Amino acid sequence: MAAPLTLLLIVAVTIRAVLFRSSLAELISARVEVVSPLNAWKRVVEGLALLDLGVSPYSGDVFHETPLMIYLFHFTVDYAEIVFIVSAYFFRKQKYALESDRYSADCLELLRSPKEMFYIPLKVAMFYLLNPFTILSCVAKSTCGLNNAIIALFIFCTLKGSALLSGILLALATYQSIYPLTLFAPALLFFLQRLYIPVNLRRSSFWFFTLQYAFMYVGSLVVITGLSFFLLGSWDFIPSVYGFIFSVPDLTPNIGLFWYFFAEMFEHFRLFFSCVFQINVFFYTIPLSIKLKEHPVFLIFMQIAIISIFKSYPTVGDVALYMAFLPAWSHLYRFLRNIFLVSCVLLACSALFPVLWHLWIYAGSANSNFYYAITLLFNFGQVKVFTTTWLTNCEWKNRWRNKVSLFINLY
Amino acid sequence: MGLLSDPNRRKALTGLLTRLNTPICIVCYLAGIVWFMGLAFEPFTLRTYMSENAMGSTMVEERFSSGERALSLAKEFDAHKRKAGGMPVEWLVKAMQSRGLEVFTQSFSRKLPFPDENKERYMVRGTNVYGILRAPRAPRTEALVITAPCSPGNTNNQAVALLLALAQYFRNQIYWAKDIIFLVNEHDLIGTQAWLEGYHHTNITEYISGSLRGRAGSIQAALSLELSSDVITSLDLVLEGLNGQLPNLDLANLFYAFCQKLGVLCTIQGKLQRNDWDTAEGYTHAAQTMMLMVLKQACGRSWGDHGLFLRYHIEAASVRGINSFRHYKTDATTIGRLLEGMVRKLNNLLERLHQSYFFYLLPSLSRFVSIGYYMPAFGLLAVILLLRALDLWVHLGAPALAAVDGVTEAEQPSSPGVLTVLTPVVISHLTGVALYLLPVHLQEMAVEHFPVSETEAVVLTAIAIYTAGLALPHNTQRLLSGEGTEQGWKVLKLTALLYLAVLLGCTALINFSLGFILAVTLVPITASITPALYAVVMVLLSPAFTILYCVFIYQELIEAPVSVSEGWMLFLSVISQGILDHALYGSLVYPLLALFIYPCWLMFWNILFWN
Repeated sequence: MAAPLTLLLIVAVTIRAVLFRSSLAELISARVEVVSPLNAWKRVVEGLALLDLGVSPYSGDVFHETPLMIYLFHFTVDYAEIVFIVSAYFFRKQKYALESDRYSADCLELLRSPKEMFYIPLKVAMFYLLNPFTILSCVAKSTCGLNNAIIALFIFCTLKGSALLSGILLALATYQSIYPLTLFAPALLFFLQRLYIPVNLRRSSFWFFTLQYAFMYVGSLVVITGLSFFLLGSWDFIPSVYGFIFSVPDLTPNIGLFWYFFAEMFEHFRLFFSCVFQINVFFYTIPLSIKLKEHPVFLIFMQIAIISIFKSYPTVGDVALYMAFLPAWSHLYRFLRNIFLVSCVLLACSALFPVLWHLWIYAGSANSNFYYAITLLFNFGQVKVFTTTWLTNCEWKNRWRNKVSLFINLY
Repeated sequence: MGLLSDPNRRKALTGLLTRLNTPICIVCYLAGIVWFMGLAFEPFTLRTYMSENAMGSTMVEERFSSGERALSLAKEFDAHKRKAGGMPVEWLVKAMQSRGLEVFTQSFSRKLPFPDENKERYMVRGTNVYGILRAPRAPRTEALVITAPCSPGNTNNQAVALLLALAQYFRNQIYWAKDIIFLVNEHDLIGTQAWLEGYHHTNITEYISGSLRGRAGSIQAALSLELSSDVITSLDLVLEGLNGQLPNLDLANLFYAFCQKLGVLCTIQGKLQRNDWDTAEGYTHAAQTMMLMVLKQACGRSWGDHGLFLRYHIEAASVRGINSFRHYKTDATTIGRLLEGMVRKLNNLLERLHQSYFFYLLPSLSRFVSIGYYMPAFGLLAVILLLRALDLWVHLGAPALAAVDGVTEAEQPSSPGVLTVLTPVVISHLTGVALYLLPVHLQEMAVEHFPVSETEAVVLTAIAIYTAGLALPHNTQRLLSGEGTEQGWKVLKLTALLYLAVLLGCTALINFSLGFILAVTLVPITASITPALYAVVMVLLSPAFTILYCVFIYQELIEAPVSVSEGWMLFLSVISQGILDHALYGSLVYPLLALFIYPCWLMFWNILFWN
């Protein structure tokens, strides 16, 4: 396992290094599909410059990163490229480690040969490191890569069973962009399952553990926020970061669903629609948690997919995050319907994004409707992937249950 | 999506598609070709009409009368041009200044990557002269450009002279709302590119030029004039620009409207419109005009000085005066009136031309085919690739579907590793990169070792690399030992079909003609390829041969058919022009063919030699 993994790592680092040094790097870091106002490197540099001048980096409404991020880059700005490659490496390492012992709690190995199971971590690492979306994201120096690394570390710590670390990392991920808040529920469910505490609202052990975990999570969040306040000396960052994420003032086109809608609507209805769109991201947590309470890892996957489809400023880095998880459910491949059509749609849309952008902005022959059509189709494809995986999981579970009951009845 | 979720219906549908795959593909291909050829049939086209309100509802009474003065000025310009041995900069500056324009010059220089044998230039140095007529009572935010090239020899003297005469006439009018820039550019496209880059402060190509000292605001439209004789019989409109980009159809409608008004014969692609659409000759005439437009658009070069303006979102067209053997001749005054009328209408624009179509084909000047009508022809060809890919997917997935509910799953018979598919892909793309980079970079080495000129070296290196790529599959097969399973070539074909479909789709969106022509030759061969196919057929339908066929067809259509050897020389010059266009103006045809289409074709070539 070590040899193919090392080879993969070398190949991935080489590709990124080659692209960093070529003239494509500047082209890629300007693409709207790869960077968003939240995580563009250009804006981080701007924030750093303002910080060096002694002005609050949030004045001027350009910079929307959190204070911890800016201090991280303050010290490593010369080695920015290395930071990004290292974060990709960490991500891979977490993925690899988490896949190798993921199924200690689930007894699903029977439907897969041990040989296949052995290769899943490698496939996950490959899906992430060699995914063109990730490579583009890394070369553009978008901080999305760092966010992905934090989420991956969080998943790793959760699966290893360390509640404290998991709480801290989840707080860090939430602090970066609010949406990972929804991952609290699956993490909680995983710990409960691991400690054999039944999810029963009347049992005191359930509440005891929930309060413990919530306390760790909220506590670390408060500590991190307080630390940011002390670093910068003001609460400026809250409206600039979280207010920006929720109110969506910047309507630069991206691969998400918000920009076109908000560009079209009247000011009068803006609050209403932002609430509706934002609720859409958080809304699915409760029904999904109820349905998937025995499969918290799958729930994490579903939540990450929902976040990256419906968040206010998605980029291809977010899409790559949940796509990297797909090999972990390779036993579902056989039952995936329409996966061919859906992957063709996603592939075609990814190729058409730059073409229609060029036709709209440079040639002037198209307009925003063309670009939004491709955005809609891309998100539709993603939703199709999501629902297909979900339905296949349900169907597979039913089959498994039938098989097991048949098995038990025979003996 | 009930049709696709219900497993029984789905199975029936996929069964139908796999059983009838080949007949459906053949029908689609024939339907696509027939649809495309049917586009030229007049009842299927629409009459052109002026979409922009600001240009249609105003009356213009043209009063330009200095045609004779323009012709005498032409002789003077010619004399000064001969004396200066190039562009007579001082004379032009003085002439423009005496007509009340603000005159500026821009000098530029450019070293071509290799000598251009068609125009015999290598190290180009020149000066552009332009004069700005400021709008008397309007804010200086918008501008129009009228340009005439300064060409060596006897060409285009009358164009420059008419430009100066128009400038003098325009200076005395009070109704101008936009600034008008009169540009005389040297070295045709190179000068225009240098001027545009200086004007817009961009640096797309590596020109060394002084920045422009005089500016006039955002350019709304441009007209390029080419006139080489005192009297003309017809005016030809040239629309095709760089990368097959076309100006807004309203500009062509404007030209046609004024030609009708002033009684000037107007042509497109050098062909006059016919009225007998229901006869075979009438139809073939329209089809020939449309095919000429398709071929010109596909090669991606700018067929007039206007072509480079389009990239900056400036609607531009070239008007070329043709003197052939007809009775009815038009003099310079009428041409001046035509230009005056067009510029006055453009002056009335409130915003850039955007109401009419940007994507169209013209079987004649008064009939057009919009994108909604011609895209289905391409769509029918692209759907063949998707059907074939679907068919392959179903066949590849069949063994897995058999073991649907077994606890012990049947292992797929020797499923191909990623390496068997990845190796041909990587090697093909590396060959494509070599085809793109090496011809220009290795020309010095080639010139040292072989008795050829630089241009020939570049072109022959390109052809050599192209042919060398054909020998690759034999070598890669030797490297990968023990590969070549039945599944292997099917997976490679599936990947390559999807890749080709996406590639052709993106190409057709930007440049429909290029996408369609490539689809016509590539789709049948790639859809039907198996290891048992004849290699000769594959070679005969490769991209290089497609270019060769296009050269011959083009020569036939402009009624100047060539023999095989002349055709071959033309083909070589087309390749060198393509490389030069890419280096000088940023044309995308050569990189597209070298970096994407050729590797894609090589992947299919690999399938031929599987095992």
